[in-house]
Amino acid sequence: MLQFTLQRLLWLIPTLLMMALVTFLVMHATPGSPLDPVAEGANPLSPEAQKNLAEAYGLDKPLWEQFSIFLGKALHGDFGQSFVYKTRTVREILTGAFPVSLLLGSMALVLAVTGGVTLGVLAAVYQNRSWDYASVTIATLGVSVPNFVLAVFLIVLFSFVLPVFPTGGWGDDPKFWVLPTVTLALGPMGIIARFTRSSMVEVIRSDYIRTARAKGLAEAPVILKHVLKNACIPVVTLLGPLFAAVGTGSFFVESIFRVPGMGRFFVESMTGRDYPMIMAVILLYGGFLALMNLVVDLLYGFIDPRIRY
Amino acid sequence: MALSTPASGTSLDAADLLAVAPTAATSSLWRDAWRRLLHNKLAVVGGVTVACLCFVAIFANVLAPQSYTKANFGNIYQFPSREFPLGTDQLGRDVLSRMIYGARVSMLVGLGSQVIVVLLGVPLGAAAGYLGGRADILMTRFIDVMYAFPRLLFVILIMSMLGAGLVNIFIALGLTGWVGIARQTRAQVLMLKEKEYVEGARALGARGWRVLTRHILPSALTPIVVSITFGIPEAIFTEAALSFIGVGINPPTPSWGQMVGENQQFLRSYWYLCVFPSIAIAVTMLSFTFFGDGVRDALDPKMK
Repeated sequence: MLQFTLQRLLWLIPTLLMMALVTFLVMHATPGSPLDPVAEGANPLSPEAQKNLAEAYGLDKPLWEQFSIFLGKALHGDFGQSFVYKTRTVREILTGAFPVSLLLGSMALVLAVTGGVTLGVLAAVYQNRSWDYASVTIATLGVSVPNFVLAVFLIVLFSFVLPVFPTGGWGDDPKFWVLPTVTLALGPMGIIARFTRSSMVEVIRSDYIRTARAKGLAEAPVILKHVLKNACIPVVTLLGPLFAAVGTGSFFVESIFRVPGMGRFFVESMTGRDYPMIMAVILLYGGFLALMNLVVDLLYGFIDPRIRY
Repeated sequence: MALSTPASGTSLDAADLLAVAPTAATSSLWRDAWRRLLHNKLAVVGGVTVACLCFVAIFANVLAPQSYTKANFGNIYQFPSREFPLGTDQLGRDVLSRMIYGARVSMLVGLGSQVIVVLLGVPLGAAAGYLGGRADILMTRFIDVMYAFPRLLFVILIMSMLGAGLVNIFIALGLTGWVGIARQTRAQVLMLKEKEYVEGARALGARGWRVLTRHILPSALTPIVVSITFGIPEAIFTEAALSFIGVGINPPTPSWGQMVGENQQFLRSYWYLCVFPSIAIAVTMLSFTFFGDGVRDALDPKMK
């Protein structure tokens, strides 16, 4: 177990390195440069000015040298100065934004898991009855409708038609949190609900459940103790991709609800060719997701003792 | 063709006689699947909606009452009326016409990207599975690295580096999308190449290329078709998401995602600018999901 954990932790290093390299190559191999803004209304820079700026930011060095300088600094947690927000370092910006995204993401994940499992259980227990149809409908909506479209519908419903929640913004008041969290959670919730339902349906039909019922156990403990426990195992495997879904989903949700998290910087850094920022954001997302996948794998072995590492 | 010997390149091949049996079985499999699909009401509704969307997309230039670029500054921000059924936008352009042309972009991206994905993914996956050995190891490693990258993250990165535009969307979706189908094909080929009927074909003298294309791939078709039916809405979603954040379709070409993204800040004042394209995206995605679920259940009733 310990050996497996260590091995997997060590695997993070080449994975992150590969990610850094691929991102770096994609950034530099594609036409365009941060010094020569293609955006409308940008000031065209004279060749001398471009050369000076390239020197100042180290962009004139050969690519391999730039990459190794980046790696050396990144190992010390220094991702350099942002090209777009010239007065701030990437680290400053991200330490402000990451906690916000983390809070939003965690709330969404908790809602997705609890809501999804509940819907799935209801659907499986009341198979082909109205509860089943209701939860399948919610699940299908969540799975197939993009979250920025859901956001539009939720804002229209809960900010305009019934003015309960604000249309956007962020603060300590939980009323700001409701709509972004629900929007972000609906998609993953739908996936979990669908998965839980099919997994539960399979377990309900198994022999040991028939035994549990035969020995006179009431329906509630059968479902909650015997069925749910085993039906949860495949659902745990979903958590890895779900972290990714919540992470990438937050770009859109944060932009539509004006949440000051990482999502905004992600898109801005990409379109502004903010190299240091892009590298930092991608490595942060990638590293976080890889770490979460590891946690999920360990959790899997914990929940299902049949699995040995 | 590099795999085949000259002799098996000719049309007379004893092993082809064997292929007759699986072919007959496949055609009835498809017929059965079609019958099951028609019995599934949701799938039929989804399929009909998809067909309507395709019709709108193909005949957009005939159906649209106005040009999608024609600005009319005397008529900006008109609410839905008899003249403009879905209102006009900040340049006075007819929203209905722009949405009709938006269907064209969505369908083009959805179907076109899958063509690229299949053309890349199926041969690569089949080659890896069939050849095995070093080629296979190399391919699987590469696929694993691609999987580690959150897909949308990668697509956004490629799009912002290449710049917005339809061709670049195809490039980005093709580059990232083939991995899934290649993995699928590889697994199928690995499983099928050990089957008795393939061994029989080989024993009768068919080899390499012929075994793969005539005997293995036809049987591997089912999961590939299922993966395509789910790939289409995913591509449509990706285009909408990219256009929403402004790195997808280039204006003035309209796209539903772009219309939602451009107008979301005016949601309170001009709700219709956002709500109608949102409905279009939701309906399209739901129809494809219903249809895809139906196709999957029809092709493999065990999976339900």
